Amino acid sequence: MRDSRGMRAFFQVGGIVFALALTTVVLVASKAPPFAAYLNIALGAFGSWEVFSNVLVSWVPLLLATSGLLLTFTVGLWNIGIEGQITFGAIFATWAMRSLQGGGTDPAFVIMLSILAGALGGILWAMLAGALKTFGGVNEIFGGLGLNFVATAVNLWLIFGPWKRPGIASMSGTVPFDKALWLPTLTAQSRLSPSSIAIAVAGIVLVYVLISGTHFGLRLKAVGRNPRAAYLLGIPTWQYMMTSFAICGAFAGLAGAIQVTAVYHRLIPSISSGYGYLGMMVAMLVNYRAALAAPVALFFAALNVGSIQLPIVLKLDSSLAGVLQGTLVLFVLLAQGAREFFARKGGKR
Amino acid sequence: MLIELRNISKTFDTVQANSGISLVVPPASIQGILGENGAGKSTLMKIFSGFTLPDSGDILLDGERAVIHSPADAIRHGIGMLHQDPLDFPPMRLLDDFLLGREGGLFPDRRGAARAFRELAERFGFVLDPEAWVDSLTVGERQQLEIMRLLWIGSHVLILDEPTTGISLPQKEKLFATLKSLASDGMTILFVSHKLEDVEFLCDSVAILRQGRLVGTAKPPYLTKDLVGMMFGREIAFPERKKSPPGASVLSVNGVSLEGARIRIRGVNIQVRAGEVIGLAGMEGSGQSIFLGACAGLTRPVSGAFCLDERDMTGRSHHDFKREGVAYLPAARLERGLVPGLSLSEHFVLSEKKKGFFIDRRRAKKLSQDRIAAYNIKGEPDSPIESLSGGNQQRMLLALLRDPLSLVLVEHPTRGLDIESTVYIWGKLKERCAGGTSIVFISSDLDEILQYSDRVLVFFAGRVSPPIKAEELSVESLGLLIGGKGWEDFERGEADA
Repeated sequence: MRDSRGMRAFFQVGGIVFALALTTVVLVASKAPPFAAYLNIALGAFGSWEVFSNVLVSWVPLLLATSGLLLTFTVGLWNIGIEGQITFGAIFATWAMRSLQGGGTDPAFVIMLSILAGALGGILWAMLAGALKTFGGVNEIFGGLGLNFVATAVNLWLIFGPWKRPGIASMSGTVPFDKALWLPTLTAQSRLSPSSIAIAVAGIVLVYVLISGTHFGLRLKAVGRNPRAAYLLGIPTWQYMMTSFAICGAFAGLAGAIQVTAVYHRLIPSISSGYGYLGMMVAMLVNYRAALAAPVALFFAALNVGSIQLPIVLKLDSSLAGVLQGTLVLFVLLAQGAREFFARKGGKR
Repeated sequence: MLIELRNISKTFDTVQANSGISLVVPPASIQGILGENGAGKSTLMKIFSGFTLPDSGDILLDGERAVIHSPADAIRHGIGMLHQDPLDFPPMRLLDDFLLGREGGLFPDRRGAARAFRELAERFGFVLDPEAWVDSLTVGERQQLEIMRLLWIGSHVLILDEPTTGISLPQKEKLFATLKSLASDGMTILFVSHKLEDVEFLCDSVAILRQGRLVGTAKPPYLTKDLVGMMFGREIAFPERKKSPPGASVLSVNGVSLEGARIRIRGVNIQVRAGEVIGLAGMEGSGQSIFLGACAGLTRPVSGAFCLDERDMTGRSHHDFKREGVAYLPAARLERGLVPGLSLSEHFVLSEKKKGFFIDRRRAKKLSQDRIAAYNIKGEPDSPIESLSGGNQQRMLLALLRDPLSLVLVEHPTRGLDIESTVYIWGKLKERCAGGTSIVFISSDLDEILQYSDRVLVFFAGRVSPPIKAEELSVESLGLLIGGKGWEDFERGEADA
């Protein structure tokens, strides 16, 4: 059996079918009508322009996180610290906003500066994980995980400490910024801002071009697949690892800054909303190919948003989306493993 | 236990690692298994100890057919293997390591184990503290621990794979005394080695393997010359050698000492001249790989200096060496030299100086086609590198070299290659020599060393000979040096100097 394109597609589709089947079993076991549930998710995501615009709002940070992660996966690293990088992006963006608002600076300029500050925050937090890996010998997974906790703690401290609302500190976050400093949205009610969509799309296009068409991307691939050979070929390996971390941090920081400037207009406790981890799932599901990242991220965002109304309509918990996302990744990875197993077996005899 | 191996054969891809090996080992004896690297010793022992399944053949223990499909099966039959790198657990205490693999209960009987540990240690005169950590031990002590553990789990057969590499002389003497006493107690011992001296001293009988076949057996008293003859074969072909003009010094190695995980090298001196070929001979793990790596800036010397073209390069990185025109070609081509998953064309792009930000696909394709043709590589620009055969991977490594180069360092340039590729690879290397590039290479093929080198450095257990002119060596004399014989002359020379 050759490892052909057809075989690959067959196993991938097989994985998706299995994931759907398992989720259906879960639904039936909890005495819920599966088709009604799926229909509700679909309607909840695509039923009207309003709900679909919410899907896009959620798509932006997810796609940014995925784009960054594609680079770190390419160089062979697990940037699990991306959650903390998103949080730090949000913190830096908030800090820039708070320092500049009311100072008479042009609002558009303030928004731009705070988004850039967000990117910088993400870069710094990512470089910290990268430096721990490169110079301290700390595995980037452990370092990143630790830094995630630190970032959450710093975030909470700011919200309940120096940046607390006058009078009572609250889980609802810091005081909202002036309306003038909100990233412009399509309509007054909508939270969808065209510029954030533009940033996300530009991001994934940039990553796609970087990986597939540049010397930089090729060298990242070489380091990711065989760092020892890459070193002998003259590629400064750790510098490339650090650079990919920094770029991923910039993407994560942008995601955090957009959550602050366009969606919440303030810093809230769970500002990263798990988009970093979800981005890892998307990256794994598309098998680290940038071309598929945008549609799959959109699908995941649709699942998230579409399941919001499940509790109201069907008395089901909205975590169904998570079940479906998780099983999808598991089964697609499992199918990949199975395909490789059969390919090996087929090749031997 | 009486061991009979019948017609054992094993093929890896295209390499016949064992072909029809039959061997009978009587109980209470020490059987030597002698052969050069790649002769099939390790494969045979891996089959016997359940790590590898044979393609055909039978194993009989005390006359009965034994089914050995996994290391666990082998242990159940009482076969214990002491690996070259002891398979122990460095972050554990000795006693816990000792307890591993012992059957019985959810809660191990630590007190009973401690008693057994002390009794065994006393019996063989090993000084080991059961509460110490495994990673604090020397290789020799780790071997002692493994031997005790294997005896305690009830092994009747002990396989030792190159046990005397990396241990001190007193430890070696203790090991040999232990093995002799075990054999006299009825244990069957298989002693795998390429060291003539050890085998001659220890073994009651020796089986010699070459290229996967059993080429002969011998009993004491041994004739070293016969053993060497069987190990390396007799076919010796000397092509005519062109005298290379002594050029300027390209690399000078001054009193360099190196330390590896298991080996220590002291005071190497050599001046490599332009266009010269230096062969590094010796059994694998005798220090030549570390030395070659150090010449490329991959390992830093403990003391001494490396100079390239009179410029002191000691302590500089490999990339600095590379900028001075040094290239390093590793033996593990797919593991260290090439990037699996990338295509031939992507490799060529990586090896070139970066031009611009975007990859010029058309130029890359042209470059790949030219190089593929020039180096006669059987592959397409877009085929993945791992689809190439070993010989084509080696050609690929050569094709990736940049110009100009002052020094090429090659590990096993033709290992695993067919005759055609071998001749081709050396043709390309010699072309470079003619242009003034020097070559330093490692090989375990004595003919290759003698045929292509101008001068030879012999490595044995971390000792390094002074440079010897290749025409002063023969397969026999080089084989003896590699096996650790005839070194007294050098030492006398050193004492005189």
